Amino acid sequence: MEEMPSRVELTSAAEDLLRKLYSIHGPLMFHQSGGCCDGSSPMCYPAGEFRVGGADVKLAELKVADIPESMGFWMSASQFEYWKHTHLTVDVVDGRGGGFSLESPEGKRFLIRSRLFSDQEWEILESEVLPTGAY
Amino acid sequence: MTDYAAPGTAGSKVTFKPRYDHWINGGYVKPSSGQYFENVTPVTGKVFCEIARGNAADIDLALDAAHAAARAWGKTSATARAVILNKIADRMEANLEMLAVAETWDNGKPIRESIHADMPLAIDHFRYFAGAIRAQEGSLGEIDDDTIAYHFHEPLGVVGQIIPWNFPILMAVWKLAPALAAGNCVVLKPAEQTPASIMVLMELIADLLPAGVLNVVNGFGVEAGKPLASSSRVAKIAFTGETTTGRLIMQYASENIIPVTLELGGKSPNIFFADVAAENDAFYDKALEGFTLFALNQGEVCTCPSRGLIDTKIYDKFLGDVTKRTQAIVQGHPLDLSTMIGAQASNDQLEKILSYLEIGKKEGAKVITGGERADLGGELSGGYYVTPTIFEGKNSMRIFQEEIFGPVVSVTKFDGFDNAMEIANDTLYGLGAGVWSRDMNTAYRAGREIQAGRVWTNCYHAYPAGAAFGGYKASGIGRENHKMMLDHYQQTKNLLVSYSPNKLGFF
Repeated sequence: MEEMPSRVELTSAAEDLLRKLYSIHGPLMFHQSGGCCDGSSPMCYPAGEFRVGGADVKLAELKVADIPESMGFWMSASQFEYWKHTHLTVDVVDGRGGGFSLESPEGKRFLIRSRLFSDQEWEILESEVLPTGAY
Repeated sequence: MTDYAAPGTAGSKVTFKPRYDHWINGGYVKPSSGQYFENVTPVTGKVFCEIARGNAADIDLALDAAHAAARAWGKTSATARAVILNKIADRMEANLEMLAVAETWDNGKPIRESIHADMPLAIDHFRYFAGAIRAQEGSLGEIDDDTIAYHFHEPLGVVGQIIPWNFPILMAVWKLAPALAAGNCVVLKPAEQTPASIMVLMELIADLLPAGVLNVVNGFGVEAGKPLASSSRVAKIAFTGETTTGRLIMQYASENIIPVTLELGGKSPNIFFADVAAENDAFYDKALEGFTLFALNQGEVCTCPSRGLIDTKIYDKFLGDVTKRTQAIVQGHPLDLSTMIGAQASNDQLEKILSYLEIGKKEGAKVITGGERADLGGELSGGYYVTPTIFEGKNSMRIFQEEIFGPVVSVTKFDGFDNAMEIANDTLYGLGAGVWSRDMNTAYRAGREIQAGRVWTNCYHAYPAGAAFGGYKASGIGRENHKMMLDHYQQTKNLLVSYSPNKLGFF
């Protein structure tokens, strides 16, 4: 069986920031935002703070060294339909604010960088059914 | 020298304090944590003041003040409240340039927009709701000869409002005017990117409102916005922002069973039918400007016309003409009156826009013009500037589907009315849209077909009070900018009164 290509990655700067946020807030999660102002950016919350449901899909369980709990990377299923052909990398830039995302007091902002999946990756990923947040 | 002197230099219309505390109970209150954060002007990227870093304790203090004031404020006559709103409008008008410079310095927008759009609209908004509340009446229903249903409007009490950074004063006023007119007290949380100009406004109107009626707590979303949105002591929460936070706020509201109004952005189509180019006249010129309005406010508008849909019959000509118009946009110091596009509001906003320019190129969209960061030299080199950008591509691309919130328009062609509607509605959002045609039947049918709350028809980016503004689909709940917003800030009290002396006869 071929190995599943990753849909979401973290830069080392993002991992560093997540370790810091974990030390303050405990287990974490991401929900990718759409829309206005601070949107189109990944929002980082304490795990479970944002209640996902049947309208959300989980793109990845992200693992970070020194953080025991993996963190789900979620997105609205409707939004995923427009994003599914792209690979996402969570990066960090200097910044301020972003809804209720945990990193803003640190003077940082998570940011998504994207690339298209290669044909080989897409061949494997195209038929993948992602888990939803429904019980 | 710029047309308007920069704050902190001789002759500036506004003098910022070095540090702003919260505005609670009619005066400044230090943050309970003793902590402040630095506030940067996007014009130069330099810090110009410090802002109180609010937390749950500060929100509670503000809620205490609001609740203490709520009963008396809610009992004032509509006449009295209207007089106060009109006085606020007059005070703002008399100090328009000061507020405009403050807004431009905090947000980065060109001063000509602050002076000619943001401030006049904010002033008019107070006047509109002063009039609307005077004219509002309850109703009575004559159920039968002996039974009357009276309906009274009552304020909700204390409401929470969370404000975005793209029009810091105007968006605050869109929420404040109806809330105050309806007799509510407010705890308002500005955006942490633009926390200063609203404090200039608070000081300016301090003597006009009773203490505690309007309270402002600054701080980060997670530290100050969240405790406000999740408080069991607010009767309603109003938010302008993005979808994930909007959902989170609805989740909090569900715990307290309170209403929310949400304005969550869009990806607005701006549709140009072939007859637009039938003549090279004033209307054609207006349509070219209508396209170029994607760069208004640096594209940091929820209704930015960020998808340009052009009839295939006129595609090459029209795209050529709007490209020339876009390239004529003057980018410069936001305090110069000739500047047409200023600075993006923050570094992270700049970075996000640049990341979208990258993915647009990677997806194969063609850069017609722009497509990069602008270095304006001198002190502006540290600021956050992007060249107005036109992409050509397909509606399935991410730059056509996601709100970039920058001066970026993605253009594609359509073939016939049905195809135009199909592309226009192929989006998660439904806030705004533009339709341009000399044929009013076409324009009317398109306007009714598009799933969006506001369809500008042969115009764009006009926001007069009296025209309801709000979203379909994932763009939110509620309609601002219209007297119907009063309903979102009022309870309905029904007195069902029997004038019959006779019993029912059941018992």
